[in-house]
Amino acid sequence: MFRSGYRGLFAFSSSLSHRATPWSIALIAVAFVVALPVLVVFAHIVMPTDGVWQHLASTVLGRYLNNTFWLVVTVGLGTLIIGTGTAWLVVMCRFPGKRWFEWALLLPLAVPTYVIAYAYTDFLQFAGPLQSMLRDMFGWGYGDYYFPNVRSLGGAATVITLVLYPYVYLLARASFLEQSVCVLDVGRTLGRGPWKLFATVAVPLARPALVGGVSLVLMETLNEFGAVQFFGVDTFTTGIYRTWFGMGEQVAAAQLAACLLTFVIVLVLLERWSRGKRRYFHTTNRYQQLPEYALRGWGALGATLACLLPVLVGFFLPSGILLNLALNGGDSQWGTRFIGYAWNSLGLATVAALIAVGLAVVLSYGVRMHDTAFARVASRVASMGYAIPGSVIAVGILIPFTWLDNALNTWFHSHYGYIIGLVFSGSAFILLYAYVVRFLAVSFNAVEASLGKVTPSMDAASRTLGQTAGGTLRHIHTPMMRSSLLAAGILVFVDVMKELPATIILRPFNFDTLAVRAHNLASDERLAEASTSSLAIVVVGILPVILLSMAMRRSRPGAKH
Amino acid sequence: MKKVRLTASVAAIMAGSVFASSALADAVNIYSARHYDSDEILYKAFTDETGIDVNVLEGDSDQLMERMQREGIASPADVMLTVDAGRLWRAEEDGLFQSVDSDVLNERIPASMRDPEGLWFGFSQRARVILYNRENFDPSQLESYEDLADPQFEGQVCIRSSNNIYNQSLLASMIEHHGAEGAQEWAQGVVNNMARTPEGGDTDQILGVASGECTLAVANHYYYVRLLHSDDEAERDAARKVGVIFPNQNDRGTHINVGGAGLVANAQNPENGIRFLEFLASDAAQEVLAERNYEFPVVAGVKKDPVLESWGDFKKDDLNMSVLGENNPEAIRIFDRVGWR
Repeated sequence: MFRSGYRGLFAFSSSLSHRATPWSIALIAVAFVVALPVLVVFAHIVMPTDGVWQHLASTVLGRYLNNTFWLVVTVGLGTLIIGTGTAWLVVMCRFPGKRWFEWALLLPLAVPTYVIAYAYTDFLQFAGPLQSMLRDMFGWGYGDYYFPNVRSLGGAATVITLVLYPYVYLLARASFLEQSVCVLDVGRTLGRGPWKLFATVAVPLARPALVGGVSLVLMETLNEFGAVQFFGVDTFTTGIYRTWFGMGEQVAAAQLAACLLTFVIVLVLLERWSRGKRRYFHTTNRYQQLPEYALRGWGALGATLACLLPVLVGFFLPSGILLNLALNGGDSQWGTRFIGYAWNSLGLATVAALIAVGLAVVLSYGVRMHDTAFARVASRVASMGYAIPGSVIAVGILIPFTWLDNALNTWFHSHYGYIIGLVFSGSAFILLYAYVVRFLAVSFNAVEASLGKVTPSMDAASRTLGQTAGGTLRHIHTPMMRSSLLAAGILVFVDVMKELPATIILRPFNFDTLAVRAHNLASDERLAEASTSSLAIVVVGILPVILLSMAMRRSRPGAKH
Repeated sequence: MKKVRLTASVAAIMAGSVFASSALADAVNIYSARHYDSDEILYKAFTDETGIDVNVLEGDSDQLMERMQREGIASPADVMLTVDAGRLWRAEEDGLFQSVDSDVLNERIPASMRDPEGLWFGFSQRARVILYNRENFDPSQLESYEDLADPQFEGQVCIRSSNNIYNQSLLASMIEHHGAEGAQEWAQGVVNNMARTPEGGDTDQILGVASGECTLAVANHYYYVRLLHSDDEAERDAARKVGVIFPNQNDRGTHINVGGAGLVANAQNPENGIRFLEFLASDAAQEVLAERNYEFPVVAGVKKDPVLESWGDFKKDDLNMSVLGENNPEAIRIFDRVGWR
């Protein structure tokens, strides 16, 4: 019932769009600037590599592929199930703790994968407190009992799932909340029970959001570095890193990165293809408080436990372990230095989030106004940076900007006889640029999914009534997308807080962030000391996550305050 | 309105950082691959002594070198500090260093610990030692790195991943002494003897010995000393269960690596850079390295941590440090071939 009736409107909107408008120009400009580092990396593809591929293929490539495949499959399924299931429960059902879970389920978002990896490794390893206690209690020695090794593929998949499921939860919940109650009511009147309603109405309607969430998770998993490296699980990304920085084989590494990206593109295309020509719009603006299913007895208990478990093991347990470590030792530099680290992290994350959301709106609105194959491809290319490991992207950024700086300095030197230093690559500018390249996909996916649900008849009506394209965006779309824009901004914010590989390579002098501090201590094998800054990242990340959740609840049209 | 404010704040941040980088002129700018808190003491002592400010960028050595190379003539770096001879060699090969002729450095640092042309200087040494469980292992059973591949130790050896530069340099030295084939045979033997798939860092290998997961482990000496001095009671107890073997005392000596530094080719404050290098060779700086980070000093007669003192002198493999860099790519390929993850 959502697919018919809009042909005429599409024809209307596309007749508007085949001229070069400011929107289409902005779209192409943004896409080019953001895609530049990716293109630089890809320029390596055509170069020859003497025998590196042969060596890789005959030795380690199989292991990389195998590990990466299983990691992606388990994390993808795990986050989809946890994220969608919990989102549906808190939106549609009433059970003890529901209000609290609404925002608490987001908490693991504030925990970087490498931090949860540090925490669980310390806790669960053979020499750690849990196993030592078991050995003391039962008088066991090494080899007397079975205990799963946290430093394994399974361990990596588990901890990554635990901190990434909120991406799916967040987008799924936003989408369930945005769904018109009438659609759900129609479902109910037609005799659908809660399970059927979930499976046949709510999930298909939420599909773009779910796909958006899971593809973010998958890309994040594919280029995950900190945790898999720490756990010793060799994936494509650690392989790229080793090939590039260890073996010094840039070209082969870039080609590996290209393979990784191709895999992502195929994934995205497959999904688009399976979605076919179906489009999902909201057909009405009538919203009211969603009638909830009141759960009782075992159902209520089950729902509470299902929501509690991911929060407990994804947030409270690792935070507790870190807190314990930080209190019994911790960072010797705790104090004013820390405020500096935190300030740098916060400032970068805020500015990067604002830019990334702004550009995402430009891109997705540009595609809407100028819906050609070229525009769609351009917008996709612009969000590719997310699927490439941070350290590789960083080098892709360094190449053009240091070239620019060198040209500038050479010119200055020959004309004025002195060097002005690194204007672009030596300042926070390059970091912000890197974050936008890395995380534009995050904001773009959220904004695009949300914009896609606004029926084009709105645009048509607004334009017929004399609004410009910009006016329509400001007065019609932005209010409708508010919760998604917020979600997009917060996701980028938290991602930047946690970002490590690009920050390490690109940051200016004397400029450390919490993530860098945690990494430096952990790489020097001082986990107990790293716990302080790890915990600080989590704490700084919680606040926006809570704000986000509150704002999202308020922003639902028709919600009672 | 919002947009104006946003643009203004972006501009402010950018302007701030541009000013910050132009303010670096009267200082020494260091790219460092070391992440030790004791380094902060060094920088502060240098500023106190000379009045020259120290600006630091810490990072992974390969990435810092990549960045320096890209930055070219505009690079702000004056000094590059790193912790592995192979890396120093690679920086030299890439033309990142310029030669320094300083009487202070030439006099204080032994010739084997510096580049003959003064492109880089070693300031501290670390020994790759073998650790054993005092309860169930008699140290006379094992004398050398070669013994680690002996089938009698099957399932007993803990050693970290081959991604780690210390292992890469150890294997690079084996390639030099036994040829690529001999080195590969050795690496295969060690893989066969591993108690577990390599995981964790050097500290984890030592803790593995203490907890009984393995009988033997390979690690840099200062990780062991650090555990002995840990604030954590459990870590001190663990370290006391572990003994140290300095391998190959009857032939070529124990494998040694250096922490070192060089003056960057495009240094904009070369005098300050040289002063910093000379400072690193001073008694005061050498003492910080030896007492706070438990590394062996390169200058003779410097006060050391008691544990280091108690080990006395030991025979060191006097292999030319550049060999570690030259053989590094081959070492990585051998690791891949024998399945040393």
